[in-house]
Amino acid sequence: MSEWLDRHMGRLFLTPAVVLILILSIFPLVASLIIAFSRIRLTGGGFKVRAAGWRNFDKQLFGSEQFHLLGTFTEISILGWGVGLAATTGLIWWLINYARSHFTPVGFAGRLITFSMATGLIWLFSATFLSGNSFGTLGTTLFYVFIGCGIQFLIGTALAYACSVKLRGSNSFRVIFFVPMMITPIGVGYIFRMLADTSKGPFSGVWQWVGLGEFAWASDPWAARIFIVVADSWQWIPFVFIMMLAAFENVPRDYSEAAELDGAGAWQIFKEITWPHVLPIAATVMLIRVIEAFKIVDLPNIMTAGGPGIATESVSLQAYFAWRSLDLGQASAISYILLFVTVVICVSFFNLVVLGRIRRAT
Amino acid sequence: MSPLSLKVPAIMLGAAMALTPTFSAADNHYDGVIVNIMTRPGPVIAGRIVERAEEFKEMTGAEIRVAEVPFAELFQKILTDWATGTNSIDVGVFASGWGVELVSADLVENLDPYIANDDLIDLEDIAPYFRDFNQKVKGSTYFITLDGDFQMLYYRTDVLESAGLEPPNTWEEYLDVASKIHGMDMNGDGEADYGSCIFKKRNAQSYFAVQSVAASRVQTKGTSEGIYFDPATMKPKINNAAWAKAFELYKATGEYGPPDELNHDIGDTRALAIGGRCGLMIDWGDIGPLSIEEGSKINDKVGAIIMPGSMEALDVETGELVTCDDNACPYHVGGINYAPFAAFGGWTAAISNSSDDKVKQAAYDFLSYMNQAAQSNVDVTMGWTGYNPYRNSQLNNTEAWVEAGFSQTAAENYLSAIKESLNHPNMASDFRIPGAAQYTGVVLDRELARYLADEITVEQALANIEEAWEEITDDFGREEQAEIYALSLGITN
Repeated sequence: MSEWLDRHMGRLFLTPAVVLILILSIFPLVASLIIAFSRIRLTGGGFKVRAAGWRNFDKQLFGSEQFHLLGTFTEISILGWGVGLAATTGLIWWLINYARSHFTPVGFAGRLITFSMATGLIWLFSATFLSGNSFGTLGTTLFYVFIGCGIQFLIGTALAYACSVKLRGSNSFRVIFFVPMMITPIGVGYIFRMLADTSKGPFSGVWQWVGLGEFAWASDPWAARIFIVVADSWQWIPFVFIMMLAAFENVPRDYSEAAELDGAGAWQIFKEITWPHVLPIAATVMLIRVIEAFKIVDLPNIMTAGGPGIATESVSLQAYFAWRSLDLGQASAISYILLFVTVVICVSFFNLVVLGRIRRAT
Repeated sequence: MSPLSLKVPAIMLGAAMALTPTFSAADNHYDGVIVNIMTRPGPVIAGRIVERAEEFKEMTGAEIRVAEVPFAELFQKILTDWATGTNSIDVGVFASGWGVELVSADLVENLDPYIANDDLIDLEDIAPYFRDFNQKVKGSTYFITLDGDFQMLYYRTDVLESAGLEPPNTWEEYLDVASKIHGMDMNGDGEADYGSCIFKKRNAQSYFAVQSVAASRVQTKGTSEGIYFDPATMKPKINNAAWAKAFELYKATGEYGPPDELNHDIGDTRALAIGGRCGLMIDWGDIGPLSIEEGSKINDKVGAIIMPGSMEALDVETGELVTCDDNACPYHVGGINYAPFAAFGGWTAAISNSSDDKVKQAAYDFLSYMNQAAQSNVDVTMGWTGYNPYRNSQLNNTEAWVEAGFSQTAAENYLSAIKESLNHPNMASDFRIPGAAQYTGVVLDRELARYLADEITVEQALANIEEAWEEITDDFGREEQAEIYALSLGITN
């Protein structure tokens, strides 16, 4: 018996974890995939399910919901054509260059997926934003991801660097900077909704003093999007801050002191010594933030309910609205489209940008 | 003994008997029975249920537990719970129109047998619209009304009087009046206030308001005509000049509203109204009772009338608007067609048919208790409850309203506006078919929001709605939907 236990101990220890993962993660994933290809109607005694094929995806990408997910396409402007063609040419050149230099089938397949996604998003950008057309929830989500995460990374990293160089009061600031992250996103949403209220919010006097007393930020698409990015940044800068602070504090002092003795300036020390050391952490932080930002739902839901129109609605919020109206097939299809976009962008970012730089830095 | 000395105890005895429920007081025959109710967050709607539940427990021993979930998730939570057999909810309190989908899925208890044994519910006292329409599906009663809902126009009597204006009868007049009073200081705080306050936030109640604007242009031939579809083909009756005009009028009201009205839901609008900042407003019956609550700046300064009408109406054949005359608008009054919209239909309660028999009986007894005149006639006079009148005894007697704080004039004005709407032969019904939440709460709401935000034109919005409604109808089954839609229009007052 003990011999049998010895032989199977590994499997026995792993089984509970595997079962849990199957139940909590894999089975729901498979079930939601099935739902994405179905039409489900709740009825007495359970569900009525019928196969829908690709109809849910077709409706989102090419059908009556295309404007909602991708945006409205009319004519592409000259600027849109210019940017689209230039970017596509650059991407084709990049792909050909890779195929000529160090081609491997797996590497090429991965780059082909990246190429397709990048081309698709660039033309989406050209056909909507650059052509004066309204963009859908995917465009709005990408705005939250790239602009929001970019701001959060820059400010969070700058604050972390400032605190790591032992400025006076930096210990107090460490605690203060971290507080927003501990507040629930719904709370953050309501706080910023109140702050932005120009007529009866706590800063209404300030808004009126600067001449914005009659400005309704929630009625203007770009003002509303920007305010959501501000709220999101307020909440997530502390995350970047705390991670980057740990990274900066782990950079060996000997290197920078030696560089100082050799006459290197502060910028040179940061660029040649500090940054290469913190780069892997920075890349991981950005990756986590980007993945989280793709799923943004609380703030636009609380602050604007996706409005005005659909201007602030993210893909996750669109899926939530579909789920709430019991259109489970559409909700699942939207979620899988988001999953695909997120995975391709994040894997491409990590493989093609981060790994390359880390290799070069080390 | 004088006749009076005999009459007083007799009246008191009669009143005591009338207030006694079917169960004898404090007999605790429901000891150990737990009834789980799910509804929207309190204090509105849920708050009074909780209070009445305590009384009911003292009388019967039944424990009524109230779970509150966000309004937007209420229906799907109840449907999911009942359809999947989870059965953690015994009673759902929601919009009556949503219940049709639950009934068609065979999830709701038929209440006819319970009502047959109930001597105190007094169905005849419930206004015909709520009794025969809101509570019933295919001729059987499935719901108990807790709240009667109609949208009406409210106006500041003092503001209009000082401006020498009459309350508007049409939507064009509404804009005219709003433009003339916009910017006046209406509450004496020295700040300019608003000519019009109508909620316009997405994912809130804006889609009810635009239907109120549209109804008088779309429906002219009585309640059975309907405002959404051709009952024979289920072809949407939305992509036409009447709805286009309604969208435009609704948007135009924003010019005289608060600057951030696009982000205002009903709570925001009511706060402004009660704070005395709105000259005209449309709302359900709540403004009346709210106007007399502590802190209100419009006590005895607010009047109510039937929703404005229109001097032109839809020609269904051409999709264009024609001038109202005896032929085009049989119910017109002075050339104006009115079609008060039964927005939302009121909060009603349904019992799951999967609950235990004793729980179902206890649930019914509790709902009957809340619905009975002895309780509901008090509840509807309190603004915070969210309950609006639905019984004839609530609409015909002003004593309870005066006792609650209304002046006699205000009570008469308020109740007459409700009665005029409720008894109107051209009253417009809200959606009462499966998928109601998708047709309006998702599609109409979203396209309206996009139009209000200048993302799309009114023509694009209506074309999108038409296409999406056709998809939903096909998804649920055109013939089944047509049958239920026809049934939902079958009752006129």
